[in-house]
Amino acid sequence: MSARTTVMDGNEAAAHVAYRTSEVIAIYPITPASPMGELADLWSSRNLKNVWGTTPRIVEMQAEGGAAGAVHGALQAGSLTTTFTASQGLLLMIPNMYKISGELTGAVFHIAARSIASQALSIFGDHSDVMAARATGWGMLFASSVQEAMDMALISHSASLASRIPFLHVFDGFRTSHELKKIEVIPDSVIRDMMPEGPVRAHRERGMNPERPVIRGTAQNPDVFFQTRESVNPRYEACPHTVISAMEQLGALTGRTYRPFEYTGHPEAERVIVLMGSGVDTAREAVAHLQTGGERVGVLNVRLFRPFAIDLFLGALPSSVRSIAVLDRTKEPGSAGEPLYQDVVTALAERAMQPSASNERVAMPTVIGGRYGLSSKEFTPAMVRSVLNELGTDNPRRSFTVGINDDVSHRSLPVDTSFTTEHPETRRAVFWGLGSDGTVGANKNTIKIIGEHTDFHAQGYFVYDSKKAGARTISHLRFGPEPIRSAYLIKEADFVAVHQFNFLESVDTLALAAPGATLLLNSPHAPDATWQHLPPQVQRQILDHQLRVFVIDAYALARELRLGVRINTIMQTAFFMLSDILPTDEAISYVQDFIRSTYGKRGEPVVRQNLAAVDSALDNVHELVVPGEVYSDRTVRPPVPADAPEFVRRVTAEMIAGRGDDLPVSAFPDDGTWPSGTTRFEKRNIALEVPEWEPDLCIQCGKCVMVCPHSVIRANVVPEEALANAPDGYKSLPASWRGMEDSRYTLEISTMDCTGCQLCVGVCPARDKSNSSRKALNMAPNAGKSSADWEFFRSLEPFKRTVGATGDGAMRLPFVKAKDVQLLEPLFEFPSACAGCGETPYLKLLTQLFGDHMVVANATGCSSIYGGNLPTTPWAHNRAGRGPAWNNSLFEDNAEFGLGMRLSLDKQEEYARELVEHMRGMLGDDLATSLLESDQTNDALREEQRARIDELRERLETIDDPMARDLLAVSRALARHSVWIVGGDGWAYDIGFGGLDHVLASGRNVNVIVLDTEVYSNTGGQASKATALGAVAKFAAGGKPTPKKDLGMMAIGYGYVYVAQVAMGANDNQVIKAIQEAEAFNGPSLIIAYSPCIAHGIDMSKALDQQKSAVESGYWPLYRYDPRLENEGKVPFQLDCKPPSIDLKQYIHTENRYRMLLSTRPDAAATFVDEAQKQVNARWHRLEKMAARPERTITGKPGKPGKPGKPGKLPPSTPNR
Amino acid sequence: MKINTQYLGLELSSPLVPSASPLSDNVDDIVAMEDHGAGAVVLYSLFEEQIEEESRTLSHYLDHGSESYAESLSYFPDPAGIQSIPERYLEHIGRAKTRVDIPVIASLNGSTPGGWLQYARRIEEAGADALELNLYDIPTNTGITAAQVEERYLAVVRLVREEINIPVAVKISPFFTATAHFAQELCRCGASGIVLFNRFYQPDIDIERLDVVPRVHLSTSEEARLPIRWLAILYGRIPADLALTTGVHTVEDVVRGVMAGASVTMMASELLARGIGRIEEMNDALRAWLDEHGYDSLAQMCGSMSQIHVYDPSAFERANYMKTVSGWRGQRA
Repeated sequence: MSARTTVMDGNEAAAHVAYRTSEVIAIYPITPASPMGELADLWSSRNLKNVWGTTPRIVEMQAEGGAAGAVHGALQAGSLTTTFTASQGLLLMIPNMYKISGELTGAVFHIAARSIASQALSIFGDHSDVMAARATGWGMLFASSVQEAMDMALISHSASLASRIPFLHVFDGFRTSHELKKIEVIPDSVIRDMMPEGPVRAHRERGMNPERPVIRGTAQNPDVFFQTRESVNPRYEACPHTVISAMEQLGALTGRTYRPFEYTGHPEAERVIVLMGSGVDTAREAVAHLQTGGERVGVLNVRLFRPFAIDLFLGALPSSVRSIAVLDRTKEPGSAGEPLYQDVVTALAERAMQPSASNERVAMPTVIGGRYGLSSKEFTPAMVRSVLNELGTDNPRRSFTVGINDDVSHRSLPVDTSFTTEHPETRRAVFWGLGSDGTVGANKNTIKIIGEHTDFHAQGYFVYDSKKAGARTISHLRFGPEPIRSAYLIKEADFVAVHQFNFLESVDTLALAAPGATLLLNSPHAPDATWQHLPPQVQRQILDHQLRVFVIDAYALARELRLGVRINTIMQTAFFMLSDILPTDEAISYVQDFIRSTYGKRGEPVVRQNLAAVDSALDNVHELVVPGEVYSDRTVRPPVPADAPEFVRRVTAEMIAGRGDDLPVSAFPDDGTWPSGTTRFEKRNIALEVPEWEPDLCIQCGKCVMVCPHSVIRANVVPEEALANAPDGYKSLPASWRGMEDSRYTLEISTMDCTGCQLCVGVCPARDKSNSSRKALNMAPNAGKSSADWEFFRSLEPFKRTVGATGDGAMRLPFVKAKDVQLLEPLFEFPSACAGCGETPYLKLLTQLFGDHMVVANATGCSSIYGGNLPTTPWAHNRAGRGPAWNNSLFEDNAEFGLGMRLSLDKQEEYARELVEHMRGMLGDDLATSLLESDQTNDALREEQRARIDELRERLETIDDPMARDLLAVSRALARHSVWIVGGDGWAYDIGFGGLDHVLASGRNVNVIVLDTEVYSNTGGQASKATALGAVAKFAAGGKPTPKKDLGMMAIGYGYVYVAQVAMGANDNQVIKAIQEAEAFNGPSLIIAYSPCIAHGIDMSKALDQQKSAVESGYWPLYRYDPRLENEGKVPFQLDCKPPSIDLKQYIHTENRYRMLLSTRPDAAATFVDEAQKQVNARWHRLEKMAARPERTITGKPGKPGKPGKPGKLPPSTPNR
Repeated sequence: MKINTQYLGLELSSPLVPSASPLSDNVDDIVAMEDHGAGAVVLYSLFEEQIEEESRTLSHYLDHGSESYAESLSYFPDPAGIQSIPERYLEHIGRAKTRVDIPVIASLNGSTPGGWLQYARRIEEAGADALELNLYDIPTNTGITAAQVEERYLAVVRLVREEINIPVAVKISPFFTATAHFAQELCRCGASGIVLFNRFYQPDIDIERLDVVPRVHLSTSEEARLPIRWLAILYGRIPADLALTTGVHTVEDVVRGVMAGASVTMMASELLARGIGRIEEMNDALRAWLDEHGYDSLAQMCGSMSQIHVYDPSAFERANYMKTVSGWRGQRA
């Protein structure tokens, strides 16, 4: 059977088989498994058939728990069913997994194994998720490479049906799931042959059917449960042999033969490493190298971890082995050892305890267990050697770690990083790029070109940033005549490309260059002027390593070709010119073919553009004449300023600089607690253009401050004398607030933190009366220097919430308008969100209003990532050290998490009040009464209570009494706290809806804000129930066939929940009003905030206009529902926008998410839009009625109507074009 | 009473032709046009910008934000099987042709000779009976002369003419220094019909927000007067059929247009406002009007009030201006 070779990643490899062997697939997004579900949905939308000739039915569920339930149901009804997941998702499936295995049902879950959130969330790979599921009775088959991800997937499906034991097919998240590798694709005919006809038919026949009814899912009592639980044993005993049969069958059909346990290495090895997953190939590479030096070492690859076949394991182990190191890619704190270690020890101990045929007991080898590679930590041949060396010592360390420096419990092994084992003929290339420049995409193409047009093996692995805006990418590519087993990053590259010239100043890009390597620079400078612009360190590296340097001004070429910042094709062409992997002409012709096939479906103009890019690159690569000496006036910026706090300098700075791997265990907090407000120290300087303020035009409206997603624009009003020491040219103007005319208004922009999104310029309403193109804010080239003006601005006293003289006569701003709110210091700054993010302005606003007394429960998602992804985090504190206390629990439980906070704070307050009452005598009546009866409804009153609490604490410190110590511990609960529950639509509409509903129903005083992007943004734009009818999203590749869920109306149904729907771009003051009302409402509040997202496919600089259009079309009506009004005899529902004035089409057809369907399914798109328009019209009429309803008061009198817009005609169709 | 006419060598049962508008987005509506007696249909326009920019825009947004962050390496499903706007347009022509017997006239809207013109051939291949070329741009460059603008338009017509065999009508704007000469040149380059005039959407100025905003207004009968003058002037002077396409709302507008020299009178605003059924009403009204006024056929009337046929040809020229102005003064006095 001749197999087709192609380049794909582990997710696609597994999904290829899963799709073809299934009839029903339940999906839910979770990194790094999401692409498997996306592919399944895409293939199904294109009607791709499984091996039985029918299109699998795909269903997206509301959570992994739901997916497991749906899978269980589909299996029980007789379908071949699968799902894909990882990490927390797998944990949510566990209850159903027990049921599925208990019912002996063949099924496979494909797992891109990922860390479980503990002290922190991590999206990267290890085995902690699958290890948590090892007691479920599922088989577990581990793949250690992309090829194996396909092969083990098929073996799992085949063996599972034959054995009736469900299987987890496991491969390592990212390292395998996202690694691109040239593999042999299993043909459909082989898959069909591997799916056993009898067991498949039997599976279907076991399906629940009223024609032959049976009962499953009974409840059993002590009399029989135990026995029935034991009844499955023969199945588990037989299962490994079923797996062997499937492996042998695959071997016969494809030539690739596997065993449940596979040993490689010296036939008489004394020291052996046992491990599973992607580390296996690295270990094999190292062992092969050591063997050539005569060392008697080996590796045992555990493919079949469950059922653990002790005999097979022992049979695979060389009898010569004296010591074994078992490597687990997981940690079980407090255990006797990690799972694989425990199984290995058990197996060996059982053998040692049982006499052999000759009645001699086999000696127990030394066994040590260790941990490696947690959260995709690098695992290299040097680490393998380190472990083997440890095995050779007299008293090897137990429960060791490798790959980190553990200076706390001293369990880590030393590693000689100079040890390398790479094949000499393997070519290695590293590319530094920006996410937006297309570098990764180009490299993926390059791997495909080389992998699919030559006999070379090819591998690509990509390292991404923890930031979403201005994200840095590093591509690691290997090519060579021999199979590539190196499942680790490149340490020495023959070719280094730096696609962003400014990286040379901030990262050590050339550290990976091998001596004599080729360096390709995308330089904005002329070839003969480039050298002088290189930092001296870089010049030194070039000279020391004798690098050949080539330059190309890719951005200039891209501009000429109207490619914007996409330099991918240009740089790819340059790579092929300079690397001699293929003759240039041949390589270029492949690149051109690739352009035609990849871009062809996007249209001829895009193809022409990219073909022109190839030609222009060919003409513009120049070799740099390297001078023999270092000369440069450039300096390298330190990762953080010298005056940053000690922890930031010692730890955070190292992480920013990319040296986090080198930090020892002792550097870190042991409980996941990190300082807040650290983004301010990480000056990334990623914007090409930044806003510039023109005070002469400014009307001090505050809109720019309000919409800035990164809190980069700040405003303040200060006394004139405060500006006495301002830098020369510092801009300010008289404040335009009544009562503050003598003060100065000042607005500053932190250009080093700006992403250049332009929302501020877009929203600025102030134009030059003689030249309307000039606004009070205009974009200007970024000088790239930290501004003395900004530093001075930050040194100014923050605006005091109470303005005026003193006492009761103080003038207080109401803070219900953007103009006032702009003056409040944000305690959420410089998040790592995308440029133009629609979510972050809402969060910033919350912190301006309530930041010094708010507690935040944040659902997992974009907001928890830009809010809490290290190295630096945006939730900040003020000068007094107060600021939002922030935490992220899970994706699914955030409402409950926030409710728990509320309950705790309320309980502490109650207890504190009881103690104050008890201690009234000791504290004094005045203090006790004022503490207990304080009004804390505004900032000034809250300050007064804080002062009283400080006084209380002082007194308590002097009282030697247990009650005093108790009160001291809970005294701060006497201050009012605002609990905010923050999350996206994936949480609120789907996975967390049950909890959200319950928390809203609880009546407790919590505030919920839903940042509604209408998709799972963080995992790449999968549809949620917030996705609109007809919008294209992942998991809804054919357009979402059902309308958006109306979460607001569901909450309004309770009658006692404050509900508002807002859109900052449409009405900023309504947003502020809603948030203030929600906070003031003594009960549950829900704010649904329209949040534009790059997953909408829009120009993010125009995101505010999209919000306006959403409101003007009636798609996103603005409203507030305030239950308090009901008691006042008023209509509680208030519409805050006018009737629709534009067609829905005018709004949605400016967004790629809707336009895509016009291109793929125009008829469906037209039907959807008609239906959606009808729904918009109908809803508007409903809302009008709600707002205008003549309300009957308690006394029977009609109440005041709300504020509907003019009821009237809906817009006609768009005329003419 | 027969109201049939000939346009671009095509036999039409009525001079009433829906002009390029969203009304022809839907094939069912095109069928309705035929059912209600339209003589032909001009399909909505395929724009040069759509051909060139749509794919770039789509490509941009598919790539935007991708391959940057490990959790979200893309934001949209891979759009295989995509049908670009031009391809959809071609398919639309084909589908319309299978459903109706009236001539289907495709419309290409652009201004520069370029790659987009290849679609003229593909439009012909898709089955269109004729092509209306809508030549439109605003020459804001002070370095470009009127002659250069005209030459560019003529080049477009020549290129299209070389590509295809179906008749080509050219829809022009009223803003030419020598409209008559230019119309004649268009005929020399191969135009079989001249459509008068393209009706521009004039941008508006928002005086509060200091912004330029698009405003769409439907036409009125009053607006027909400008094209009618030029129909009257061109009729019989150039070897092309003429079409009136602005301000046709009533049967009187149709009659005026045909009298001035139009073979067909095209409508959009009226149909958008009152529905496709309006065609039938106007056909009936036209027959009644012709009957009432003793005409044998529509053809008898065509061009009867053109400049070459009217008693006072100067009525369409500057002299008319003088008369109008003095008349106005007289009224004021």
